Amino acid sequence: MVAASPVEREVWRLLADVPDPEIPILNVIELGVVRYVRDEHERGIAVGVSPTYTGCPATEVIQASIKSRLQQAGFESVRVDSVLAPPWTSDWLTESAREKLREYGIAPPAESVDSARRLWSEPTVQCPRCSSKQTERVSEFASTPCKALYRCTSCLEPFEYFKCI
Amino acid sequence: MRSYALTVGDTSLILAQRLGELIGHAPALEEDLALANIGLDLLGQARYLLSHAAQLQGNGGTEDDLAFLRDPQDFLNLSLVEQPNGDFGQTIVRQFLVDAWQLELFERLQQSSEPKLAELAAKAIKETRYHFRFSSGWVVRLGDGTEESHERVQTALDALWRFTHEMFVASPAEQEAVAAGIAPDPASLAAGWSSRVDEVLKEATLKRPADVAYSWHGKRGQHSEHLSRLLAEMQSMQRTYPGAQW
Repeated sequence: MVAASPVEREVWRLLADVPDPEIPILNVIELGVVRYVRDEHERGIAVGVSPTYTGCPATEVIQASIKSRLQQAGFESVRVDSVLAPPWTSDWLTESAREKLREYGIAPPAESVDSARRLWSEPTVQCPRCSSKQTERVSEFASTPCKALYRCTSCLEPFEYFKCI
Repeated sequence: MRSYALTVGDTSLILAQRLGELIGHAPALEEDLALANIGLDLLGQARYLLSHAAQLQGNGGTEDDLAFLRDPQDFLNLSLVEQPNGDFGQTIVRQFLVDAWQLELFERLQQSSEPKLAELAAKAIKETRYHFRFSSGWVVRLGDGTEESHERVQTALDALWRFTHEMFVASPAEQEAVAAGIAPDPASLAAGWSSRVDEVLKEATLKRPADVAYSWHGKRGQHSEHLSRLLAEMQSMQRTYPGAQW
C-alpha cells in the first residue's frame, strides 16, 4: 500500500463534498463506493467507484458529480473508473453513515453480510424513530434497490431499511 | 464469446423490459416497486454484458446499438423471458423459474476464466438472491393461498414449464463458451435448479409439471412473435430518431 500523496489526500477531502443523489445525507465516501484515488500526474486524477447495485441509476450521477466537484477545485483531467470487483457490500458503509441513516429515518443494515444464513432468517431491524425491535417487513424492495420497506409495530410508523448485500 | 455474453445479457434485458411494462400496473404499490427494482438490477446486468459484447465486436458499436438496433432473430435470450406477463401469478412464476436458473448460473460463472463474466456474476448473484427470495416467497403465498390463487399459479406453472428445458440444452454460443472454458455446461445446472425449484413448489403445494419434449430455440435466435412485439415498443424511439439521447 502506497501512502496517499498530498494531492490524493486533497482529492479524498473533496470527495467528502459529493453526496449520494438518493440518500443525500451520505457522501460517497460514507457510502463506501470510492475504491481508490490515484494521482497519475500528467494523465490526471483517477477515481475508482463501485456501483452499489448493477442497475442503480445513481451510479452515473455519482460519476458525473465526482468529476464536476474535482474540476471545480481545479483538477482538469479527471477519470472515473467503474470498479465491479470486489463487489460493493453494505459492510462498506462507514460507522458515521450508519448513525446518519438512523437520524435520517432509515434503519441501517442490521448485520454483516458474512453472518450465517443471513438471507434466510429475518434480521432484527430496529425502528429508527422509536428504537423498538418490534418491526415487520412490508416489502423486500422499496423506493430504491438498496432498501426494503418495514413497519414498526410499536409506534406504527413505516420506515425504510438499508438492506444487507 | 460475444454470442455467449449476448445469450446471458439478452435474457436479462428482455426480462427487464417485461418487468418494466408493469410499472404503474402491478396489483399493489409494494409489488410494483419490487418488480421495478428487480427489472433495474436485470437491466444493469444487461448493460454490462451488452457493453462487453460490443467491445468484443470491436467495430465501435455500443450497448445501445445492440439493445435498440438488432432484429429479433439476433437476440439470443431464453424463450421463457419473452413470454407475456399474463396475470400476477404468471409474472411471478416466470420470475421464479428464471431467478432459480440465474442463481445456479452466476454461482458457477464466478469461476469463469473470463474476468468480465466472473466479476459480473459475483456482483449479480448478491442481487439475484433477493430476487429469488421475493419470487419464491410469492410462489408459496399464491400456491398455498386461496383456491383461486392456487389454481392460477398452477396454471401459470403448467403453461411456462415447457420453456424451462431450454435452460439446460447448450446452444452453439454456449457450446463455444464451454469449450473455451469461460462458461459452465448448461446441462450441469439442471440438478441444482431442479432441487431449488422442487423445494419451493412443495412448500407451495404446487405440482411439478411433466417435462415436455424440447422445441424452443430462443438462444438460437428463433423466437415467438411475443419478442417482435416487445422489441417494437422497446426500440421504437431509436428506430424513429436514430442516435437520439436524453
